[in-house]
Parts: sequence; structure tokens; C-alpha cells
Amino acid sequence: MNDVAAHPMPGLATLIEPEELPMVVTEVVRSGGRMQFAYAWYPDPGQLELRYIATGAAKEGHRVWRCLPTSGVPSVATISPLLGWYEREITDLFGITFSNHPEPQRLVLHEGARPIVPPFDPSYPTATPIRYEPADGGLPEIASEDVQRLPFGPIRADVVESVELIFLYLGEHILYFHPQLFFKHRGMEKRFEGRSLEAGTVLAERVSGVGSFCHALAFCQAVEQAAHCTVPVRARMLRSLLAELERLYNHLHYLGHLAHTTTLKVGEAEGKLLEERAKQINVKLTGSRFLRSLLVPGGLRRDLDLQDWLSADLESLRAETAVYVNMLENTNSHLDRLITTGVLPRDIAFDQGATGPIQRASGFDRDLRRDHPYAAYGDLPLVVPVKASGDAHARQQVRIAEIDNSIALIQRILLLLREGPIRTECIALPLSEGLGWVEGPRGSLFYAVHIARNGTLARVKIKSPSLSNWRVFPFTVHNSNMMDYAINEASFGLTVAGCDR
Amino acid sequence: MPFWTFFGLQKGNATTSWPKSDEPTGQEGMLGMPRFRPELCGSECNACASICPTQAITVEKSKSGEDRLRVDYGRCVVCQLCVEACPSEAAFRSSDWAFGTRERGDLVLGEHADVAAGRQHERVAPDGFRRSLHIRHVDAGSCNGCESELQALNNPFYNLHRLGIFFTPSPRFADLLLVTGPVTYAMHEPLRSAYAAMPGPRWVMAVGTCAVSGGIASGGYACGNGLEGVLPVEVYLPGCPPNPAAIMEALLMFLGRVPPRIRGGRFAD
Ligand code: SF4
Repeated sequence: MNDVAAHPMPGLATLIEPEELPMVVTEVVRSGGRMQFAYAWYPDPGQLELRYIATGAAKEGHRVWRCLPTSGVPSVATISPLLGWYEREITDLFGITFSNHPEPQRLVLHEGARPIVPPFDPSYPTATPIRYEPADGGLPEIASEDVQRLPFGPIRADVVESVELIFLYLGEHILYFHPQLFFKHRGMEKRFEGRSLEAGTVLAERVSGVGSFCHALAFCQAVEQAAHCTVPVRARMLRSLLAELERLYNHLHYLGHLAHTTTLKVGEAEGKLLEERAKQINVKLTGSRFLRSLLVPGGLRRDLDLQDWLSADLESLRAETAVYVNMLENTNSHLDRLITTGVLPRDIAFDQGATGPIQRASGFDRDLRRDHPYAAYGDLPLVVPVKASGDAHARQQVRIAEIDNSIALIQRILLLLREGPIRTECIALPLSEGLGWVEGPRGSLFYAVHIARNGTLARVKIKSPSLSNWRVFPFTVHNSNMMDYAINEASFGLTVAGCDR
Repeated sequence: MPFWTFFGLQKGNATTSWPKSDEPTGQEGMLGMPRFRPELCGSECNACASICPTQAITVEKSKSGEDRLRVDYGRCVVCQLCVEACPSEAAFRSSDWAFGTRERGDLVLGEHADVAAGRQHERVAPDGFRRSLHIRHVDAGSCNGCESELQALNNPFYNLHRLGIFFTPSPRFADLLLVTGPVTYAMHEPLRSAYAAMPGPRWVMAVGTCAVSGGIASGGYACGNGLEGVLPVEVYLPGCPPNPAAIMEALLMFLGRVPPRIRGGRFAD
């Protein structure tokens, strides 16, 4: 393995006029690329800038455009619906509006939230919570009195994250579904401002707990790009190893939870027991069940002692998982509930920006680890499982295959690992910027980082996979039935914290 | 068609009998709350306090002019930065998971003399609930780390039911409201109405550093400081997140089934 920079430097952001946006976005979509996210930031207190980030074909770099919203900015939501959500976020948090937006309602801030000025405006008084009076918003009008409206949440049964699910239904038939998200919006991106790089890593680890490692990794990689810093080989190998451990416990949890919704009691217990085993491997190896307190821009904070127990424990976990998934895949009562449930057609998956196992279960062969390698993935053999049917069963199968691949990758890394340094100095240059990306357990995750004049963080933008997948999820619920809802939701494996931030 | 029942029986019992016995707790290898030996602090040293991302550590001048270290474990997110920054061995690693307390002041190390001394009354365990407790959980804006660990409580390894402690879907059947997260502006009302829907006697437990003090997310435009000033809290359990064994132990402490392990910020060894 040669010691090259883990991140090819991106082309500098291309400056365009706001009017050119629709053309640029159309071109990306037409060529099979994908708009990932958009955000705003203040390079200077008086100057706002918009950024648009796209992923091109495999092995090409990511593309970044910037524009100054001096005149009106046209919405590109009809060309790239996912960007429509980012535009609404920018409107809520920065006060910029987009012309001809098809869904101009609030998104990240709830209807009824009344900040004195937009929360990201430099004049917003810090540590002042926004005033809020709950109000309804965003539902279609109901013309027939037979249609029932069922709001469920934000506090739901069981130990789950807060989100309000609103169903408009007739009997068992769901006509329209609206997830009211962002009850959990903590303003995390704003919390990065003015913090040191260490503190930023600790924050990134706490954006989505079950994605602690990949969030911190994307953050560190973005900073490393800004600092032109090359992470030592051993650290990159260990980063890949830890990222796969994160995928492992997440996917095992997913299977147990899915079995819960198909009322397969022993299947649920076994899945959650295997998840627990994986988390206990995490704590034994790193001191943290969530793989926290290890990453730092420049490498790792400390080396790991990789003794033989890890390989042996993983092998027994693999063997038990193999028996378990074989049983799941042969249980008719379980499969009957998954097959044809929550079908996500390929074109909708593409248009709405589905990511991770969700898009791979709808026929897209994309994975950042292979297509835009980071950490040590460029030197590791990676199989990307793809299924075409787009239903809950395909989503289960993709995850099952990924579990197997993750364990194989870790074993491979254990064979390849050599002694060596695990950290290099990483000092971000004033006024520099970087982009970091990771294929997390739930899909593509990006961090865009801007460094201030004094070396602290000026702006950190997070593109979370769950936001993209929550965006597409309702398309599989409209026109489905109540009985399937819980199964379908579980089959998406969404987090709310990552989406709401 | 596989025989799940047979499979389950064949696998046998996976549950630890901890804390009844000293079987594994599942946390072997964990890095816990940092510990401090203030007597080893160098003079004018501020290394831990300046790196702590949640301002859990402060170095204050006492009346006699000496530096005094104050650590609020209710703000600690267990990031280990202070331990790594400490030039002497005044701050050091431990495998102590976060311990639950009934008094917020018990989470603070270095408060004048002993906070416990100024206490009005010793809180007693709730009568009649020792052997059975029903919990309603509310996520008031967590990062989902706490939920992941709360969900783990019902996996076969911990099997919380064996202790007579259950999660219930409705606040109407709940004795204890278990809250995670820093309490975002939008979760404020739903949280208060869940509390209002509970019959008395009712108690509130803050789980995780966010719920105790706001943690890493506190301040800013969308969050408060956890349950501070929102609901009366009977049990404080910091940790980021507290692991399943820590949550179990804190619940048993609340029920008077195990003694508290932390007083005035000091661990009872
Ligand atoms: S471990 Fe706790 S006290 Fe130490 S720096 Fe981190 S948050 Fe602060």
C-alpha cells in the first residue's frame, strides 16, 4: 500500500451566477451524477454565499459550485427534489428565499417558531432559544369527510426517537403520509462555530450516536483536506476497520428490529443479542460501545492493541450470524411480510436522492467506499451488493450481504496491518476549506468544513444519509396500508437525530 | 420452515445475572468518567479546563488564593480529552461508568466542603415500587446514543424485565418519566404534556449528560440546558451515553435496591 494522500484535492469551487443554477443542476442529473446537498455560509459577516455539491461518476472528484445570492435565486427543487429540502433549510436558517419553490413551507424550523432574526445570521444573539408557539402546517386539505387524520407522535410507543407520523387514511388504506420531522433539531451545525478542531470532533461524534464514528470520520477527513494533511497508513487502515465495526452493529440491530415488526420473537431476540455482542467487541477494543474518543484530525488519538481475540470473536460472530440470517431468509411468515412491501422504484430512488442500502436495494450500484475511496478502502477488495426489486426484502438482503462483507474487510485489514505511526500533525490553514465523505451504515455522509482566520471552525455543514432517506420514504407509504407501515419503516433503518441535527 | 422455538431453547440462557452475582456486566474494557487527584495539579495549570468541550471543568481561585479544581460530572461527555491533556497525573482514566444520583450537587467534585452537608433531607426510595416500576421514555432531542442503550436493556443479555422494571407505551401507566436529550424547543411541550398525563406519585429521571445539563448541545438557538428548569428531577444519570449497566444500576439505586456510589463528586470505592 503506497502512502498517498487519502483525499485528492478537489477542484476549487466554481463561481456561477444564481441564474445559471438550473442549467448546472440539470446537466449533473442528465449525466447520471447526483446533487448531494446545498448550504449557505458567511465568508464575511456581511456576505452570504451559497454552495452546491455534486458527485460525478466513479473515481471523479466531487464538484462544488458557489454563488452569491445578490439577485433572486431560482429554486432547483423540480430538477433535484432532494435539494428542495436543503433550500428550505437555508430559508429557515439564513432567511434566503428561492423563487418558484414547489414546497415553500418551513422544514427545519417548525411552523410557529419565531426567531428574532434567522438563527445563522451573525446578529443572532447567542444562547437565546427561539420563541415558539406550536402551529400546524404542510398538510393537504381534506375534501371528503370519510378521510381520517391520524397524528401519531412525536412521543410514540416503545423506546424510539421522536418524530410525528401523520396519516390520512380510509379504513386500512393510507392515502397520504407526512412525517413531521425536526422535533429533535438541536442546531448542531451552529454549535461547531468558533470551536477548536478537537471539540469539533467530539461534537461530530454526537450528531447521531449510532453513526458516531462515521460522522467524526467525515469531519476529520474534511479538516485534513483543508490542512493538506496525509494520514499515516496504519491510521487509515484502523479507520476502515472501525468504520466496518460500526456498520456491523448497526446492521445487526436492523435485522433484530425488522424481525420485531414481523413479530418473530426469537428472531428479534437473536438479532439484538448479536448486536450486543458486536457492541461488546467495540468496547473491548476501543473503550467505547459507540467507537468514540478515538478520531482526531491527522489520525487517531491512540493506537489499538489488536490481539488474536478480535479475529476469533469476529469469526464466531460471523458463524452465528450466518445461521441466523439463513433462518430469517427461510422463514415464510417473515418473508411474506417483506416481499412487495414498501416498494421504492428505481426512478423515484434516483430523483429523490435515496442513499446507502436503500438505493442499492432499488438497483443502484453506488458506494462511496469504492467509487470515491477514503481511509484505506482504495486498497481493499469491496463487493457492493445490489438488488433490483426495491422492496423491504431487498433492503434486508442488501444489509445481510453487507454484514458479511464488513467482517471479511475487517479480517483482511487485520492481515494487512503493519506497525507504524497513527497520527500526524494537522493544522488547518486560516480561511481554508475541505470536504469529507464517508459511506456510513445508512448511506452517504458529507461534512463541509470552513476554517476561520484564527484556525477555529467557521462553518460546518452536515449532509446526513437519513435526511435523504426520510425525504424518499413517504413515496413508499402513500397508497399503502396501515398493516405494513411499521415493517416498511423498519426496513428503511432511519435515524431521526441524524436527519434533524 | 425453521423452528425458531427450538433454536431459542438450544441457545440457552444468554442473560447475565449481574448485579446479583459478579457475572460480566458487558462493559469490560470501557473508558469511563475521568478521575482527578487535585493534589497533583500544577500551579496555574489550566490544561484540562481549557480543552473540555462542555466546560465541565473549571479552575477557580479559592478565598485563600489557591487554585481549586471543580468538576461537574453532570456536564461531562466522557470524551477523555482532559485525561490526554493533563501534564501530570492529576486527571486519569477510569473504568467508572456514570453513576446515578438523587441530588444534582452530588455530581460535582470540589464544591465547598461537601454539598451533601447542606442537604435539607435525605431522599428516600419510593415506597411500594421497590420490586416493580413502569417507565415511559421521552426522547427530547437526543443524538440517539441513549436510545440505542435503552433499547439494549431489553436484549437477552441484560433482560431488564428480570428486575421487575418495564417500559410502558402510555404515560398513564408510568411511574417514572425517563428523559433523554437536551430538550429542544419543539419537544418542550410534548414532554410537559407527557408528564402532565402521568398519575401520581410520579418521578422524573434525566438520562445522559444532555438531559442532566444540556451537554454538548446546550445553549444555542434550539436547545435549553436539559431538564434544568423544565421538570423536577428525582434521579440524575449523566454519561454520553450511559451504558446499559449504568442505567440498570441507577434505576436500582432509585428503587433503594443498591446504594448510591457517588457523593459530592467522589466515588465510593
Ligand atoms: S472527559 Fe468529561 S471532563 Fe474530561 S474533557 Fe471530556 S467532557 Fe470534559
